[in-house]
Amino acid sequence: MKQHTIDAITDPVLTVEHLTMQFGGLVAVDDLSFNIGRGDITALIGPNGAGKTTVFNCITGFYKPTEGRIAMRRGRNVSDETIGALTETGRQFDRQGDAVYLLERMADFRITEQAGVARTFQNIRLFGGMTVLENLLVAQHNKLMKASNYSIGGLLGLPGYRRAADRAKEIAIEWLRHADLLDRADDPASDLSYGAQRRLEIVRAMCTEPSLLCLDEPAAGLNPRESNELNQLLRYIRDSHDVSILLIEHDMGVVMEISDHIIVLEYGKKIADGTAAEVRDDPAVIAAYLGVDDDEVDQVEEDLGLRKPDQPYDKSDLPGENT
Amino acid sequence: MEYFLQQLINGIALGSIYGLIAIGYTMVYGIIGMINFAHGEVFMIGSFVSLSVFLALGALGITFLPLVLIVMLIVAMACTSLWGWTVERVAYRPLRGSFRLAPLITAIGMSIFLQNFVQVTQGARIKPLPPQIEGGLTLMEGPGGITVQLSYMQIIIIATTIVLMAGFSYLINKTSLGRQQRACEQDRKMAALLGVNVDRTISLTFVLGASLAAVAGIMYLLYYGVIDFYIGFIAGVKAFTAAVLGGIGSLPGAMLGGLAIGLIETFWSGYFSVEYKDVAAFSILAIVLIFLPSGLLGRPEVEKV
Repeated sequence: MKQHTIDAITDPVLTVEHLTMQFGGLVAVDDLSFNIGRGDITALIGPNGAGKTTVFNCITGFYKPTEGRIAMRRGRNVSDETIGALTETGRQFDRQGDAVYLLERMADFRITEQAGVARTFQNIRLFGGMTVLENLLVAQHNKLMKASNYSIGGLLGLPGYRRAADRAKEIAIEWLRHADLLDRADDPASDLSYGAQRRLEIVRAMCTEPSLLCLDEPAAGLNPRESNELNQLLRYIRDSHDVSILLIEHDMGVVMEISDHIIVLEYGKKIADGTAAEVRDDPAVIAAYLGVDDDEVDQVEEDLGLRKPDQPYDKSDLPGENT
Repeated sequence: MEYFLQQLINGIALGSIYGLIAIGYTMVYGIIGMINFAHGEVFMIGSFVSLSVFLALGALGITFLPLVLIVMLIVAMACTSLWGWTVERVAYRPLRGSFRLAPLITAIGMSIFLQNFVQVTQGARIKPLPPQIEGGLTLMEGPGGITVQLSYMQIIIIATTIVLMAGFSYLINKTSLGRQQRACEQDRKMAALLGVNVDRTISLTFVLGASLAAVAGIMYLLYYGVIDFYIGFIAGVKAFTAAVLGGIGSLPGAMLGGLAIGLIETFWSGYFSVEYKDVAAFSILAIVLIFLPSGLLGRPEVEKV
């Protein structure tokens, strides 16, 4: 297993530094810094209200962060100095040589189109009235529009457009095969089961050819069989495409099984950052999830059988029973 | 029987014109949820531009009718497209994030502006155009001298409408532009996140609607032979009614609604009284909406709880 601490990521695809997001007096994200390794599946976890979705919204341009820098290194060898120099210039990106984008400066649709960051939402946002295949074709429209000279070529059926359209369809069908949706290609997206809609949403995001795929609670509301299919799809995406995945997830089964790297938030601050094994045993994480103070964690862990009791404890010390 | 058939033909021809205008209303409503009340004026502009082109070509000595019609069509469509694009760009887009009624009021303002502009520059009197396409087919000759006539002009109107509707359905259902339009209609934010340029798609929607209205304007001019600055208002209200009757947001609904309004009007005029034809059309609209609140082909909005 790869070893991750925040310093061990030698090739980050996304670097978030000192990210702060305030809504009026509420600090939703407080001076948060982390790296996402290229080609990794990174999970962002934490109790409800920890600021996970706010971080997502900052990365994907829904919110403009109050402070901080979000650097997307689409090219492989972008040095910290390059990013520093780009920050000084006030420009949004540098595409000479290895591309790097400062997401906090960009509009949301450009973040998808140019910086290669795609996302899904907690609630499913498919185009329900369109067919499954059309949902995937919409996501590839940029190259289609270019090939069709903004639809005039498409109407006249020019060969360049035909080729691009056929290629887009091939890509879509390939993705449908991996999402196990090929036989539903011509059905309206709203007719799919919940789990199938989730998978369709993920492959639709992949059709924009992203470098970073952000998934907001992809396993929420899935039954065990469906979340297993989801895990397979995510592993396939990581193993066979040049894409890194960042996901928010509450389902610890999914998180522990597929994540290379886990970042834990609580009250907008990072409390742990490491591999699944490291995070699982971190007292601060256990405290955050169980809602107890740090000095009581040992006892809680003993209670959960996570640690051998080295001394007997008094039951009246447990939270909830001494009040 | 003959009388009935004749009214049916007249109704379909009139309904086709309403239907073409109604598509502009329904498309714009579908994509940005706004009633573009200036759309009827676009139809009127289409008529005026084509009349001007006709007179200008006549002054140049070009009278070969097919050529004249094609030039009229191209110039009118180009002018209304430009108008549709400009209005969206300057009057609607800046208000898109505003409250719901703001663009509606601007649209009414644009409508009044354009009506008055044409009234001032072109004069308030009606503008005649001598009939250009005369004659027709006698389909049936009944007893008592009642004949069923299908004029060449009616054939042109119905054929043009069918061709345009076929092309338009293809554009919406099969091309990349159509897919983007439908995507924006369902979820603009999500479409933007997939890299769709939402602003450009909305502009193109206005342009498409306006060019169809121009075609309707030319056909109105050739069919009735008289236009004035006020025809846009009347036709616009009727076409809007047609869009609502068919189910606003639905393209086949707009065409169906247009035909329905056209037929109701003609039959009422033919069998009862010409004065009350609008009363009849709007009464039937009210009755249909009581029983089918989302129109004939509209999708009812079901909210899952």
